[in-house]
Amino acid sequence: MAGEILVFVEHIDGAVKRPSLESLTAAAQLAAARGTTAVAVVAGPGAADAAAELGRHGAASVTSLEVELSDPTALAAAIAGVVSDSSPAALLMAHTAVGMNIGPRVAGELGLPMVSDCIALSDDGGTLVARRPVYAGKALVSVTSNASTLIASLRPNAVMAAEAPAAGDLSAGAVAAPTRGLGALLKDIVQAASEKIELTEAGTVVSGGRGLKGPEGFAMIEELADALGAAVGASRAVVDAGWRPHTEQVGQTGKTVSPQLYIAVAISGAIQHLAGMRTSNFIVAINKDAEAPIFGVADYGIVGDAFEVVPKLTEAIKGLLAAG
Amino acid sequence: MNIVVCIKRVPATDSRIKPDDGGRAIDSSQIEWIISPYDEIAMEAALQLKEAAGEGEVTVVSLGPAESTKELRTCLAMGADKAVLLTDADAASRDATSTATVLADAIRGLNPDVVLCGSRAIDRDQGQVGLLLAAKLDMPCATEIRKLEMVDGKAVIERPGGSGTTETWELTTPAVLTCAKGLNEPRYASLKGIMKAKKKPIDQQDVDPGAGSLEVRSLELPAPRPEGQIVGEGPDAVGELVRLLREEAKVL
Repeated sequence: MAGEILVFVEHIDGAVKRPSLESLTAAAQLAAARGTTAVAVVAGPGAADAAAELGRHGAASVTSLEVELSDPTALAAAIAGVVSDSSPAALLMAHTAVGMNIGPRVAGELGLPMVSDCIALSDDGGTLVARRPVYAGKALVSVTSNASTLIASLRPNAVMAAEAPAAGDLSAGAVAAPTRGLGALLKDIVQAASEKIELTEAGTVVSGGRGLKGPEGFAMIEELADALGAAVGASRAVVDAGWRPHTEQVGQTGKTVSPQLYIAVAISGAIQHLAGMRTSNFIVAINKDAEAPIFGVADYGIVGDAFEVVPKLTEAIKGLLAAG
Repeated sequence: MNIVVCIKRVPATDSRIKPDDGGRAIDSSQIEWIISPYDEIAMEAALQLKEAAGEGEVTVVSLGPAESTKELRTCLAMGADKAVLLTDADAASRDATSTATVLADAIRGLNPDVVLCGSRAIDRDQGQVGLLLAAKLDMPCATEIRKLEMVDGKAVIERPGGSGTTETWELTTPAVLTCAKGLNEPRYASLKGIMKAKKKPIDQQDVDPGAGSLEVRSLELPAPRPEGQIVGEGPDAVGELVRLLREEAKVL
């Protein structure tokens, strides 16, 4: 059946990752608008266990790919095979590290257009419209395609995942992946000491800036993040000074995040930093300087010494969450 | 060793961005242009590869309007040997596929061992061209590389694997590699380099990438954020902040 909305879904041992559930929700909404169905495409061990959750979030069917997850070329080829065979109206995926690596490979293999990092996908009288930020979020473009299939990745947290089961029973199938020539060999994977929450996918982010005076200043940031189940972010100044790793940098030459809640601690709010977080749902700023530009984008601000405010905030949040 | 670097001219970070009269592109009349920062990292990586090999040629390629010779001169001043400008007055409006197609056509004839570009350009921020280029050139590709070394003619790279992992990959060459922050710190062009660059060739070729299959319907400014509030001063304001986050924002 052609014209469906395919979604490539990421999971860990059958537990579907939240950004993928968001993409599936978007796919189900598009499918409903177009009188078609959403099909989840999933790969790797434990894929079968994901079926129920996928069904709850709107998948009418699930296709499992028998393919090595760690090889992006093989995974992209397998997904491309499904797209070729089923001629969907769209292939969606979350704009995660995996989505960024896989989506353009599928696009390149099939000669299909891709729109990356979308914040909204809609149907306008049969035409798919993708909306995405450009120029570091200073502008928004709406893009359409005249190709038979549009590939699109969705920014994490742009759409709220919702349970909306499709009508009928969930059907499932499996597809064996084609074998591929080796141009690239994976030699090693090293896990960093602490398994941190993925910054770009986190629902809450607590970020620290140069006002924390040194790497030790981040101890209270980590504690606040822990209390909130949040990821830790950092300004460029802090990363350049070597206090925190590149992977935590939020900003134009770092990561772009769009969490429900972004807490900026001792960050002045330079344009390059704002570029990486200005679309967050709610922004809290804590800074000694009442004139700091960060207060211009914050929904809520506290003017004060971060070293006094943050521990008190952590205490209050721990108390609140303990009380339930 | 032949190394090709792809660069893109983009508006400087603090540019004032607003729609032009057509409402589908930005007004570029007041824009200051720079080399996209990740492309500078790619340029530096190319120079380091050449230095490590003790031989080789670095060619920098760009799809851009005629004015892009400025950015290419900067790369030549940094140390690139040759430059190719694929001249297209509408370069800024081309989609990733069209861009990758014309770049591939130009790069094929250069017989590269390694093609380097930035992992994404800071104007459109999609991160597709590197992978699309690799598909068109039928080369393996690794994205977001933070470490690069040539070992026995293969490119050995490190890249983030997600969830705090670091992957090490070995790619056969020719290969396309896209560069991320942390790979290196790009050098500044020396005065000597700037003088030398004046004599280095920029091969300008007119190209017409075509309309592509994506169309921009509109380019708009985002709705302004609603006005925020200073909740209070110092640690005494924490209680009220938490209350607002819980009851008003409903994020706690």
